[in-house]
Amino acid sequence: MYRYDQYDQAMVDARVAEFRDQARRRLEGKLTEDQFKPLRLMNGLYLQLHAYMLRVAVPYGTLSSAQMHMLGDIADKYDRGYGHFTTRQNIQYNWIKLEDAGDILADLASVEMHAIQTSGNCIRNISSDHFAGAAADELVDPRPYAELLRQWSSFHPEFSFLPRKFKIAVIASKRDRAAMRLHDIGVEIVRNDAGEIGAAFYVGGGMGRTPMVAPCIRDFVPLDQFITYAEACLRVYNRYGRRDNKYKARIKILVHELGKDEYTQQVEEEFAHLLAQGIEPPLAELERIKAHFADPAFKTGLPTEIDRSDPDFALWVDRNTHPHKAPGYVSATISLKPVGGIPGDASADQIRLMARLAKEYSFDECRVTHAQNIVLPHVEIGQLHALWTELEAAGLGTPNLDRIDDIIACPGLDYCSLANARSIPVAQKISQRFAANGKADVIGELKLKISGCINACGHHHAGHIGILGVDKKGTENYQLLLGGSEAEDTSLGKITGPGFDEAGIVDAVEKATDVYLANRQDGERFLDTYRRIGMEPFKEALYG
Amino acid sequence: MADAIGTGSDVVQFRFRDDAQVDHAAVTVDAFLDQSNAAAVRIEPGDDARALLPHLERLALVEVNFPVFGDGRGYSSARILREAGYTGELRAVGDVLVDQIAFMRRCGFDSFAPAVPLDEADVAAAFSTWPEVYQPTTDGRVPIWKLRHG
Repeated sequence: MYRYDQYDQAMVDARVAEFRDQARRRLEGKLTEDQFKPLRLMNGLYLQLHAYMLRVAVPYGTLSSAQMHMLGDIADKYDRGYGHFTTRQNIQYNWIKLEDAGDILADLASVEMHAIQTSGNCIRNISSDHFAGAAADELVDPRPYAELLRQWSSFHPEFSFLPRKFKIAVIASKRDRAAMRLHDIGVEIVRNDAGEIGAAFYVGGGMGRTPMVAPCIRDFVPLDQFITYAEACLRVYNRYGRRDNKYKARIKILVHELGKDEYTQQVEEEFAHLLAQGIEPPLAELERIKAHFADPAFKTGLPTEIDRSDPDFALWVDRNTHPHKAPGYVSATISLKPVGGIPGDASADQIRLMARLAKEYSFDECRVTHAQNIVLPHVEIGQLHALWTELEAAGLGTPNLDRIDDIIACPGLDYCSLANARSIPVAQKISQRFAANGKADVIGELKLKISGCINACGHHHAGHIGILGVDKKGTENYQLLLGGSEAEDTSLGKITGPGFDEAGIVDAVEKATDVYLANRQDGERFLDTYRRIGMEPFKEALYG
Repeated sequence: MADAIGTGSDVVQFRFRDDAQVDHAAVTVDAFLDQSNAAAVRIEPGDDARALLPHLERLALVEVNFPVFGDGRGYSSARILREAGYTGELRAVGDVLVDQIAFMRRCGFDSFAPAVPLDEADVAAAFSTWPEVYQPTTDGRVPIWKLRHG
């Protein structure tokens, strides 16, 4: 994986020193909260309902064992012993003291990590496929391109005060595991008819209060023009994105209002101009970065058969492992969704355990997924049972990947100052309900996503079943959506009708799954059945 | 007339040029395009900086107004002018704060007239925060990728 050189390290160290000084001035009263706010936000420090929250960047979701271990230590030393993995492949700490923020950033910098641009109206942390460099179905490893974008977007002088936040995802597989088309820019690394590698650009997707699926504006950008094209996309947005209304300020609104063709035309004109400006890093820089992502020393001649004599183990293998490009290996997903748990939460001890397991079983590497789980990307099939045994002992062996209890949920009103309703208790009740009634096993793949407000951090638009918490005359109310997907068949869910109270939404989810079970045909997932039979049978069951 | 522009009331606090400071009034972009003799113009966030490109020869001063620091359109305006070869004074005016000033300098601004004067030591620290830069701009700083590869 990528390692900092002296230049990268110096940039992060400079940021630590700068923020330490800013925090000191705030604590001494030399900065007002109003003056301090934009500064702390540039360093991922939010003031939440009860305390400061610090969001740490995990570029393209990849962590070394040492980095993961440090995240556990920070949870112990500065938080209440927990970390919360997010839908942006990052980690958040919910109980931070301002006095400690500088020390935390220094601890992070000691393992080549930071909180730069994890908030604010700037280019945020770049996300990617959590099976990058491992998946059997990928064209190339997408992470070198993401790292190139990371460096380009870090402290970009022109794009640090955009109309609104800006999120980029990079994938390199036809299977989309990163919700690519629901980003401000989605990049798919592709091969053209001439056999060359390049980048397809999808611009103007997003969730939030106006969800949109990004259209493709360029199906092939040559690699020696990649950064220049991104710069052109951003410059048109910076100049013409709406700034009169923060709810209409994302690039999806600009692309929608101009129309895809007009936006594309403006980007192409800016691109033609920028090509003469010499802003593109040389291909040698991409090659330098690529060398960091070379395959680890995979063994050959490994057994590919799994001893399935232990049924619990076999179940976990079936549900939580993914095909690997190297024979004898798989990628294993560690579920952070135990029944009744808080989605994405892990204790300091669990984080350090996962760090050790990454070192022992996965070439020193782990990944954070946008579904708030952890992946060990390169596990020998012959070592899976030993790994699973350790996970089980630590409460990390839940075999529920992509099932109804593998719920994505935002922090909601339990922590977030923007939320209208709680998300976590709803997630807990749903997972408990489906564990008790045994239906989770029968249902199979069903992606359920919960947001506690319209900003959609819990990706409710993209859930096969989505839940949106709203405030209805002072009480929490939950709307139900059906038919969303964040995968390569991207679609946006539709609201079923009037909302439900907290107990009612759990019942409603169960009714929706009953409609599916009564109507499904061979091999259909919930989403497939919904797409075939439409909304009406579900409405009938819910409101009839 | 506090809102009127070109009154000459802007106080230039920092200037990185050796030539004499232009002291005649800046006019709006519309007014500039209508009259042939103005040598100073003020760009508001909604103005298209490219409208000035046919007239760069006769411009000695371009002011770019930042009504609020969070409106970043002025950064693009500045780069567009510099990329087109404008070498005259490029002045940031308005809500110019210590935490933005280094970004502004990188985008080509070479004079600064903050609405509220800044602490000079803070500004000196801001300009020296970053040992290197990741992106090339017209300010001539060598990007990190060039340091790596020559």
